[in-house]
Amino acid sequence: MESTYRQMGLSDMEYDRIKSVLGREPSLTELGMYAVLWSEHCAYKHSRKLLRTLPTTGEGILVGPGENAGAVEMGDYAIVFKIESHNHPVAIEPFQGAATGVGGIVRDILAMGARPVALLDSLRFGDPKEPRNKYLINGVVAGISAYGNAIGVPTVGGEVKFANAYSENPLCNVMCVGVVKKDRIAKGLARGPGNALMLVGARTGRDGIHGATFASEQLDETSEQKRPAVQVGDPFMEKLLIEACLELLDTPYVVGIQDMGAAGITSSVAETASRAKTGAELYLDNVPLRESGMSAYEIMLSESQERMLLIVKQGKEAEVAARCAKWGLLSAVIGRVTADGMLRVFHKGEKVAEVPVTSLTDDAPCYSLLPAPRPGTREEVPSVTDPDSTLLELLASPGISSKQWVYEQYDYMVQTNTVLRPGQDAALIRVRGTRGGIALSTDGNGRLVYLDPYEGAKAAVAEAARNVVCVGATPRAITNCLNFGNPEKPHIAYEFTQVVRGMGDACRALGTPVTGGNVSFYNETCGKAVYPTPVVGMLGVLDDILAAVTCAFKSEGDVVLLLGPDRVSFAGSELQYLQYGAPSGTPVPVDLEMEVRLQKTVLSLMKKRLVKSAHDLSEGGLAVALAECCIDQALGASVELADDTMPLPLSLFAEGPSRIIITCSPEHLHEIRRCCGEAGVPCRVLGTVVKGVLSIARAGETCLRVSVDHIISKWRG
Amino acid sequence: MKFGVVVFPGSNCDADCYNAIADIPGAQVRYVWHKDRDISDLDCVVLPGGFSYGDYLRTGAIAALSPVMESVADFAKRGGLVLGICNGFQILLEAGLLPGAMRRNSTLTFICKDVYVKVERADTPFTSLYRQGQVIKMPIAHSDGNYYADQKTLDALETTGRVVFRYCDTEGLATAEHCPNGAMNNIAGIINESGNVLGLMPHPERCSEGVLGSGEDGRMLLMSCIHHLNRGR
Repeated sequence: MESTYRQMGLSDMEYDRIKSVLGREPSLTELGMYAVLWSEHCAYKHSRKLLRTLPTTGEGILVGPGENAGAVEMGDYAIVFKIESHNHPVAIEPFQGAATGVGGIVRDILAMGARPVALLDSLRFGDPKEPRNKYLINGVVAGISAYGNAIGVPTVGGEVKFANAYSENPLCNVMCVGVVKKDRIAKGLARGPGNALMLVGARTGRDGIHGATFASEQLDETSEQKRPAVQVGDPFMEKLLIEACLELLDTPYVVGIQDMGAAGITSSVAETASRAKTGAELYLDNVPLRESGMSAYEIMLSESQERMLLIVKQGKEAEVAARCAKWGLLSAVIGRVTADGMLRVFHKGEKVAEVPVTSLTDDAPCYSLLPAPRPGTREEVPSVTDPDSTLLELLASPGISSKQWVYEQYDYMVQTNTVLRPGQDAALIRVRGTRGGIALSTDGNGRLVYLDPYEGAKAAVAEAARNVVCVGATPRAITNCLNFGNPEKPHIAYEFTQVVRGMGDACRALGTPVTGGNVSFYNETCGKAVYPTPVVGMLGVLDDILAAVTCAFKSEGDVVLLLGPDRVSFAGSELQYLQYGAPSGTPVPVDLEMEVRLQKTVLSLMKKRLVKSAHDLSEGGLAVALAECCIDQALGASVELADDTMPLPLSLFAEGPSRIIITCSPEHLHEIRRCCGEAGVPCRVLGTVVKGVLSIARAGETCLRVSVDHIISKWRG
Repeated sequence: MKFGVVVFPGSNCDADCYNAIADIPGAQVRYVWHKDRDISDLDCVVLPGGFSYGDYLRTGAIAALSPVMESVADFAKRGGLVLGICNGFQILLEAGLLPGAMRRNSTLTFICKDVYVKVERADTPFTSLYRQGQVIKMPIAHSDGNYYADQKTLDALETTGRVVFRYCDTEGLATAEHCPNGAMNNIAGIINESGNVLGLMPHPERCSEGVLGSGEDGRMLLMSCIHHLNRGR
């Protein structure tokens, strides 16, 4: 038994705990159930305590953490959204790992009763020139493309970033957004003793057994052998599930719904019963199987994809089965809700498991972290001898260059709601039936977080909000995906602790509560961890999609302004990474009060229709941001930097928070200056939009001059 | 003036087509379930894009055998308008209502982007509101749009003027370099001999509203159908 439970990832202490809960030795099936539900992936045992410190409530927040996804009010509708990682599967089987990552998060949104309307992917890889990384990148993009396109949910945005730290441990975080009438939000509740537990969708096979446990381990040389723990996706089945479930949720027959993701039948039944404070009986002989001879253990732990659990009113099972059959889907009554708080499992005439529901869920172990910081690093300062070539080099770098080759493989237009396509500061989709839309952005700069976890997390939230503001939307709430190494290591524990603190502070300041998300630990290979990478998925709301703003310069003669403070550094910057291959130094802290003032001011200027374009300054600093504004309409700018004491390379390429470039018609300049002055937001005129060339001068002397054609060709690569 | 949008399992542009049609004044539209056979109330049948039956086996191969397609074939034979978009075009090929076949894009990847196509025939029921030779912008989104036909079929299509849309540049130049997917002769859309069944890879329903950023060139195609049907009444 000892080797068995250890193989399943349980500690001696945890095994003793199971014995004391049951008052006996667990059966093999029970042991498997505890192992998956007490895995880090399902139980959040190292993160739960800290996550409780995050702000989760606020005006218009309809559903917070704990349900399948968060929900934010927008008129008569609820916007449902969540982000989740699929890092471990992707590391060993990129195509299926990414495909099933999409499938899994889509079912979370579906479980809220919402139609999935958008997907975003936040991806991190090692150096794209290395063959192994190239294979991973192509596989992940192809997997997202194959699955997302086929189910007819547009992939409207996300990011792809590169750093050596992700070489063996790529990150694949997928965010899904759905829309549902707010009085029709579904719940993952196994309510009403006697009601049926119906499994709908794919047959149950031997795939993905212990996937959740696998996701809670570090990777090593032997990980390749765990390929069978990665599931295989069937997007056609998923599409049928979406249509069938949405149709069924319109009937009075379904009282609860839950996706079957990690830990399959075990977790979906345990979670729904736990939330409803009920129990359940399962008859495994009724589960439609893909192959014969499967044991109770295998059936309970299978992570076969494209399955949903429906809690159906007693006596309405046939009606539900008929609707499923219409869509060509299998359904089966696999159990009943009970009142006594126990989960009993029967197979081949025998009782194979009998455990208290809450012992699997709420009472799972919870550990404290033992944090200790890593020593800091001395800042390496990049050298800039020729600003023109530095700018072009940055524009051509993998992190900044055009991602068209990625997003052209995604159907970003299906459902005909995509107002702003990939490549903008944020994606924007219309909410049909309203004049408004939702803006979406994912952000998380691992380099900054690595250097300063607290400030890096603040920066991630601030940037995500700024991106949404740049298209004209008001930031409303976030979902987060926290990607870290092994939390049992003190410096990783420190990173995690500081990130949660920073994220909490930023979310409180910006008024964007955390409505849910996911923690992914053990992103390590052979002891080497990824950069701590909290990915923030931001949801913003825009009342009128016709008022949306893009980053491109619009017309010659417009005034170019820089809003925000002049505090920058090379610590963690793109240029530093390009020249030294690693981040070093201390990044500029985010002044949250300034950030809030900046965002509010830009939004109010937009409301007055004074802003013709807006673009957030991020990787590559001012020069890169200006160049990015030149691309879409092939317009340049003539810029004169303030005659200050800051070294030129810093002015051009260093990075700092809370900065936005906007353009306006000359006649509106006065009003914009007045508003910024009143709000206490620094506002500087940089220059004017011109034809054909980006030139930057200081003290009357031109220090950078590049043609827009050159900018475009380097950036497109 | 009644349109029917067929829903196969795995169709995913059905609602987009429905909405684009419903937005046009005077147009009525309903869904047609793939198992239904009665389409006698319709003036125009639309086979929408998507991944019917998961596009397993070959794109459109299984959908071509579904009950509704028998009715669609009869409907076409009697002169009814049939419009196949993307996966719908692939289904028409598999059903033998249009000649040729689709191969995987020459890039071997899915491609989603706006492209330019030249209207080669402005005298069909689907294109009468365009000008002959007009260059229009429409989005494509597919993995298998690499049109193929044997030489004889291709010659017949060209000599009888049945290539309706051809990929080109902004000036209407249709060279191989402006073909996004490797399709023979830059073919983006073709029509049958009797001129009532059109298949095209680009998505007119995705460029029917300016706010979506692909222009409104596609709306003209849907309006041409209505124009044609109204004239017949």
